[in-house]
Amino acid sequence: MSFERIKEKLNILADAAKYDVSCSSSGSTRGNKNKGLGDSTGMGICHTYTEDGRCVSLLKILLTNHCIFDCAYCVTRKSNDIKRAAFKIQEAVDLTINFYRRNYIEGLFLSSGIFKSPDYTMERLVAVAKKLRLEENFNGYIHLKSIPGASDELMYEAGLYADRLSVNIEVPTISGLKLLAPDKKHEDFTKPMLKVKNEILIYKAEKKITKSTPIYAPAGQSTQMIIGATGESDKDIMYSATHYYKNYNMKRVYYSGYVPVADDSRLPAIGSQVPMLRENRLYQTDWLLRFYGFGVKEILNDTHPNLDIDVDPKLSWALRNLSQFPIDVNTAEPRMLARIPGLGMNSVYKIINARKYRKLTFDHLKKIGVALNRAKYFMVCSGNDYAHKDLQAIQIKGLILQNSQGKFRNNYSSQLSLFN
Amino acid sequence: MNEAKILVYDGSFNGYLTAVFQAFEQKLIIADIQKEESAQSGLFSDAKLVYTDVLKSKRVWNGIQKKNNTAIKNIYFAFLSETKGIELLLYRYIQKLFSETELLHLNFSDDIVLKISQLAKSVGREKHRMEAFVRFQLTKDAIYFSNIEPDFDVLPLISKHFKSRYADQQWIIYDVKRKYGIYYNLDAVEFITLDMDGIHSNKTKKSNVFTDEEYEFQDLWNNYFKSTNIASRVNLKLHTQHVPKRYWKYLSEKKAVS
Repeated sequence: MSFERIKEKLNILADAAKYDVSCSSSGSTRGNKNKGLGDSTGMGICHTYTEDGRCVSLLKILLTNHCIFDCAYCVTRKSNDIKRAAFKIQEAVDLTINFYRRNYIEGLFLSSGIFKSPDYTMERLVAVAKKLRLEENFNGYIHLKSIPGASDELMYEAGLYADRLSVNIEVPTISGLKLLAPDKKHEDFTKPMLKVKNEILIYKAEKKITKSTPIYAPAGQSTQMIIGATGESDKDIMYSATHYYKNYNMKRVYYSGYVPVADDSRLPAIGSQVPMLRENRLYQTDWLLRFYGFGVKEILNDTHPNLDIDVDPKLSWALRNLSQFPIDVNTAEPRMLARIPGLGMNSVYKIINARKYRKLTFDHLKKIGVALNRAKYFMVCSGNDYAHKDLQAIQIKGLILQNSQGKFRNNYSSQLSLFN
Repeated sequence: MNEAKILVYDGSFNGYLTAVFQAFEQKLIIADIQKEESAQSGLFSDAKLVYTDVLKSKRVWNGIQKKNNTAIKNIYFAFLSETKGIELLLYRYIQKLFSETELLHLNFSDDIVLKISQLAKSVGREKHRMEAFVRFQLTKDAIYFSNIEPDFDVLPLISKHFKSRYADQQWIIYDVKRKYGIYYNLDAVEFITLDMDGIHSNKTKKSNVFTDEEYEFQDLWNNYFKSTNIASRVNLKLHTQHVPKRYWKYLSEKKAVS
């Protein structure tokens, strides 16, 4: 193959694909078959990290960046004057195999601009995955994008070869979608999602009866939302995310701070700052919902439609609910331990095991790795009276902020700096 | 009077377990357990050489495993950390393990238990890093070759991962710091030592050991690494936190090309 030409295509099509956040390669059950190439049973591996600090686990490319749609937020929209390119199916296959053999990647993440029609595009994506599986005996990870509007038959076939499928909802509100992507309908996104969800349910039911049922999208589905493009609130985003987790059994919802790629009066101007801190707070909330047993209404509601920017959402919740504290780490249920700011689930696990042997003191907690600078205002342990009972929420917040540092703090502090 | 003993073993994990076996069997008072190459005699204790006996070490392994699976994993991982004084620390851990009836490895309020579990975690992290950071280069005799220089001795831990993943290609992963490697011959993995003139890092100068295409693919990968970066989100601190600089010299994407 001509390496020069491939290099040029790779630059264009990797550059266009990079706004897809997902790079997860875990959760699959596809093992190595007949001494072929690859195995995706283990945990995901990030083979490297880009200079923006994001994990590189998969070869993330578009099959083409030609597109018939004109979504305002998208870099490959029809009206954007950029270089266009397209991989041949065999080129995408060769690139994946050769990168995989050198241990650069865990597999392929293949997306595409929509050319001709959704079905025509989806067919090509499926063809790459099929070729990798059937001709190359490739058992690495494959993440395929479900093209909005693709037919049920193609979605079924896609799931037979891919480990994960995803449709990006992109705009969390229907009104925002009308504004920014007038060519697309909400149903175009949800239809393939629903098909995949149902196929996974059918697969799981059949698997119980027939062990040899071919696996279908073993790593499930994910989706992604753009943050900060349409003026939506954190509540809109998280309620929408909860909806997809619940009704479509999503494995993950990703949040992607909008990187301005277009001069468009409907969107933040080029050069505006990417809302990375907000994105971070949304992920923290996502974790609280999925692993810490919080309900979305506890964290975001009509009185608090947006997350605090200066403190994390758990601390923010705790400050609003001081009546539930202090919590005794030696006796409290795990569920309540998980609500103490500064305690992660690993610490909770260590505490509930360690406290079977003795009453835990401050020293034990420190060695275990609890972030005591936050936790100490919300807990009691052995040999330590609750010394902070008279503090108000605002005082606690002040003390915590005073005694800690955050890399984004300069960006939102209202305090002018004396020396700069 | 029973004097405290220093047991000296050959440096292998089997050797170490044999020493533990002797200590238990002969009810020795242990002052220290040391590697042969770095053994030092004490003022008030006798040194005693231990001859590795796989049967004995197997009995210790099985004994601990029967107690608890996580415990044996922690012990093996912590041993591979090569931390100074790890032998004695592990011996105390094993003593505790056999003297208590409860699940000792979960008692994170105990200093030794916490330390061992933290060491095991560090080694586990390094194992995972090596599974990520190995970069194979294809030699002209069709072997995928990689040099590594891990903080801990993780080769024995990663061989299974690479064997099940690259079942249809020959590969070598060579630890240049500890001067041994693992070689997969399409059938099984074996330990090897090589006479190498220089290490194969991500040098820009081409070596005639590797195929021409090899450098084309490194170039493509290097390019991909750059185009997949979002410049307006740059965060070099996070980048080096995930990919510490000491690993850079073996990563083809970190090669200094224009």
